[in-house]
Amino acid sequence: MNTTSTIAPPRPGTLGTDASRPDGVAKVQGGFAFSSDMWAENMLWGATLRSPHPYARIVSIDTTAAWKIAGVEAIITAEDVPGQATYGLIMQDQPVFARVGDTVRYTGEPVAAVAADHPETCKRALAAIRVEYEVLQPVLDPEHCIDGTAPRIHPEGNVLRHQRIISGDADITGDVVVEGVYEVGMQDQAFLGLEAALALPDPGGTGVELYIATQWLHEDRKQIAACLGLPEEKVRLVLGGVGGAFGAREDISLQVHTCLLALRTSRPVRIAYGREESFYGHVHRHPAKIWMRHHADRTGRLVKVESRMVFDGGAYCSTSPAVLINAITHTQGPYKCDNAVVEGWALRTNNPPCGAMRGFGVVQACFAHESQMDKLASACGVDPVQVRLLNAMQTGDRLITGQIVDSVAPVAECIRETAAIPLPPDMESDPNVLDLPGGSGRTADRHHIKRGIGWGVSIKNLMYSEGFDDYSTARCRIDDGVVTLKFATAEVGQGFVMLAQQIARTVLGVDEVLLDTIDTQVGSAGSSSASRQTWMSGGAVDAACRAVRDELLGIVASENGLDPARLTIDGTDIVEVGGSFRRAVVEAARGKRLDETREYHHQPTEDLDENGQGNCHVAFAFVAHRAVVDVDTELGLVKVVQVATAQDVGRVLNPKSCVGQVEGGIAQGLGLAVMEEIIVKDGRVRNPSFTDYLLPTFLDAPQVDVVFVEEFEPKSPLGAKGVGEPPCISVTPAIANAIRQATGRDLPRVPVRPSDICL
Amino acid sequence: MSTPSGIGSENYSLTVNGRTHDVKDSWIGESLLYVLRERLGLPGAKGACEQGECGSCTVIVDGSAVCSCLVLAASVVDTSIVTVEGLGEGGQLSDVQQAFLDCGGVQCGFCTPGFIVAVHHLLESVPDPDDHQIREALSGNICRCTGYGRILEAVQQVAVARRSK
Repeated sequence: MNTTSTIAPPRPGTLGTDASRPDGVAKVQGGFAFSSDMWAENMLWGATLRSPHPYARIVSIDTTAAWKIAGVEAIITAEDVPGQATYGLIMQDQPVFARVGDTVRYTGEPVAAVAADHPETCKRALAAIRVEYEVLQPVLDPEHCIDGTAPRIHPEGNVLRHQRIISGDADITGDVVVEGVYEVGMQDQAFLGLEAALALPDPGGTGVELYIATQWLHEDRKQIAACLGLPEEKVRLVLGGVGGAFGAREDISLQVHTCLLALRTSRPVRIAYGREESFYGHVHRHPAKIWMRHHADRTGRLVKVESRMVFDGGAYCSTSPAVLINAITHTQGPYKCDNAVVEGWALRTNNPPCGAMRGFGVVQACFAHESQMDKLASACGVDPVQVRLLNAMQTGDRLITGQIVDSVAPVAECIRETAAIPLPPDMESDPNVLDLPGGSGRTADRHHIKRGIGWGVSIKNLMYSEGFDDYSTARCRIDDGVVTLKFATAEVGQGFVMLAQQIARTVLGVDEVLLDTIDTQVGSAGSSSASRQTWMSGGAVDAACRAVRDELLGIVASENGLDPARLTIDGTDIVEVGGSFRRAVVEAARGKRLDETREYHHQPTEDLDENGQGNCHVAFAFVAHRAVVDVDTELGLVKVVQVATAQDVGRVLNPKSCVGQVEGGIAQGLGLAVMEEIIVKDGRVRNPSFTDYLLPTFLDAPQVDVVFVEEFEPKSPLGAKGVGEPPCISVTPAIANAIRQATGRDLPRVPVRPSDICL
Repeated sequence: MSTPSGIGSENYSLTVNGRTHDVKDSWIGESLLYVLRERLGLPGAKGACEQGECGSCTVIVDGSAVCSCLVLAASVVDTSIVTVEGLGEGGQLSDVQQAFLDCGGVQCGFCTPGFIVAVHHLLESVPDPDDHQIREALSGNICRCTGYGRILEAVQQVAVARRSK
């Protein structure tokens, strides 16, 4: 770029720079307190007894033998829940404990909980509780909930949501028609930091304080307080350090149990799940079966998309309705398409409950539409990149819901930028064994290896949809020159704590920004999910800081006989535009107390009508992925060599953080493409461990080459879009398409297993 | 830590980060990870899989990197144990810890202590690793947030800096 003007580099730690994490030093030294590290004097351990059956009636529960074990301090069941017996994010349909006479609806459903003086004592107590079950025939096929052949397994029925979308001319056809049936397996969020909480009872049992790793403190509090039968103000939640979330901490898991045990024993209680229990303790990504048919003209231009999506929600509702709506409203992908007929079902079965996971619903839809785009390219005899560019959505286009895309929509630019990233070199003639599919210890043969290149492009809605006002709150204080921010935004690893400081440094012109405890002593921040916190809580922090800044400038103006409208902050100084006044912000703020709290609300959205029409989403982000894979066609092993990506981010607020989100998301999408699946058979998880549920390791991680497409998003308070979810969405079909290209196989299902390739 | 009332009372000592700690009234089945975290006030090592798959609990026992979740605490008396809390001198960050911060190798941070210990161990045995050696040596440490890219950069950076010393 040729320019004669000089632009000063941004001040360290402000927006646009690689600021440091305020929790970073504690995290590398091992001193950061995760919720599993919380400890209190006189603390007891809690543990949960779970159903071994996917569907059974509880005939009786006998705790006599368990009570005889020395060190057992409490045993609680459904009878001991003083408040509401059930909870849930959308539908309160999930029992705190399954009740005698009622049914357990999935393998792993809580039946009782104990508190004791040692984890081993807890284990022995659980083993001593006798539960008599009348085993029932489980409903395992969601199709049986649609055709009505399944018995009703819950008073609320077996249909969690049914929604169709009819757009434009439903009967129109195209010269070229491609279709397929696609399946996505059940993926686990597999955060490293297992579920854990510490509950501290108030004297007299009048209230409780809970240290908890969660995505949304206030929503947790609402549900917990209802089940405890306590007013919300008597339930105080403090964010315990969160070891990753990815959607798995949106729902209640051990929160109510921990509080109940603490209130019952009048002692602090910690529950910490192990890995196996964690697989039963949180919701997973919905397994989905998607039929999709595209009509296009001979050049590949889309005419109509048709789809039927069936999502297995498992035993309880969780966020299934929202996941389904995300899926069906993203059927068209990032492509212009006027006509659509889509039907979506989210159903209740006796499989493990499913809910939010990074990219919720859109991941499943994207695997189908991107598989279809390659089929369409092939049917029309055009290049897969060409067919995507031809149909690329732009700002102002109308979605199949009737909503106009008013977000910045650089779809074509994402595709072109990705295509411009150099391909990796060909495999060496004598490659390092670690570079071969399967890595060391396998027997991949250089001569059986074929390379493939595949594409995936996606659109992802940001924030919550369908009329939900998921606002965020933040408070900014200046006390004698010291700036402190307060918010309830769950820091789950994404780095919001760092971003909040960057915003304050930028707006207020101070270098040091303190962060108050993240807890429920301030208004809700909404959930750390749906790629929303940079936009929403970032917007709230920005607004609170601006309010304090304006107030400070007003005071400084009146103190110095200046026009406040002429004062601004330049670096770390307050300056008068066109005048000579200049004073350090810290100096000017000395002796002053300013305190402002602001809420940020996104633009209102609407419910969908019966034909799936309505402005249901807030905003959208886009991304393109190109994957290069080496496949050993004899062994069915895959090595992802490179993922190139260009992502629409609005504006990069922290380059290092953005890269981290992209690389991390790609690893999770790679996992879904080739290795990660919870195997459920007869309603039981067969691989609830890290030995059997495979996660991408260092050796599986591909080279990632990333370009950020920066076009300031005017709707966003900071001009930035959420970057968390898009990286993990279209990388999965990009890898699948690359394997298809290498092998010539149809591969309608992810994860692609070795047997799908070589048998 | 309260004494478990029904399940035994073993007494022994462990040497961790150069200091001798007495373990009293413990259950014989406690893992080294449990004892470090729950009895000795050293929560840096993390538990995430209980079967040696994820590396979050990595500590050094007599110079070898081990998964402390798989080691019975009572079996490592008379050894020298180093945890993440024992790295870096006088509360200062080690070069590895600093590089993780500089390169963006930390997100949620749960895997980080295990990684830090494993990287120290790697660089002591292989001072100048190539990317393949780094990837293989750290393939027993799972990170769910970063996709490993920034961690790779951190390790490369330390190796280069140590080489130029």
